[in-house]
Amino acid sequence: MMTTDRIEKRRVLRAPPARVWRALSNAREFGTWFGVEFGGEFAPGRAVHGKVTYQGKEVAFEFHIERMEPERLLSFRWHPFAVDPAIDYAHEPTTLVELAITPAPEGTLLTVTESGFDQIPLARRAKAFAMNDGGWAEQMNNIARHVEG
Amino acid sequence: MSRASLAAQARTGAPIFAALGDETRLRIVAKLSAGGALSIVRLTEGEAMTRQAITKHLAVLAGAGLVRDVWRGRERLWELERSPLETARRYLELVSERWDDALTRLAAMVEVDDD
Repeated sequence: MMTTDRIEKRRVLRAPPARVWRALSNAREFGTWFGVEFGGEFAPGRAVHGKVTYQGKEVAFEFHIERMEPERLLSFRWHPFAVDPAIDYAHEPTTLVELAITPAPEGTLLTVTESGFDQIPLARRAKAFAMNDGGWAEQMNNIARHVEG
Repeated sequence: MSRASLAAQARTGAPIFAALGDETRLRIVAKLSAGGALSIVRLTEGEAMTRQAITKHLAVLAGAGLVRDVWRGRERLWELERSPLETARRYLELVSERWDDALTRLAAMVEVDDD
């Protein structure tokens, strides 16, 4: 009938699993592609603080690392779209993100699943659109500055 | 999605899925989805329960923002309020797009290193 609770993404990366695992398990490398800056290393059971620059402001957030199985699986919980500094997200439900890797003929198959969205208050989900629109406007400005500069 | 997994989602406590995690209410939503605005009399047809019981189910659905009542003359009709479902679906698309962007950056990073 509908799937509003989870996202699943598959992507073949033309790189060996060991390289992909480093990009997932190393906090600095993860931050590079995910667009965040972490204040510590990932370890199972650890809450890793990070910050993201959003609409010109620094916003703090946390990854709660659950599982780390080398060249197999990284999983963590977080508050998706927790970018409104006026809101304390601590008591809201988190989503579970699982990044699983398996060897593939071309390199590595990465499967990303994020689940638990149905527990996020609907009002919060609705608000994400407004914030996202702002984010896109900012991205367009960044691109314009880059190509015009 | 199977009815079983739908019921499992409802247990998470989100009002929208709790409201849908009931066979009678799912049938009501299906009828409204197919038939537009319907009266209590029409919604009670084929159900082994009273109009009062159906009215209570409609109140639960309305409480979750899934249906609303509209008056046509003196007749009270019920129709689907699509926006909560639409909101939930569009939110997922939004998060999905973010993952696409992030994975494109990840691919660029690890594939460059591999060359």
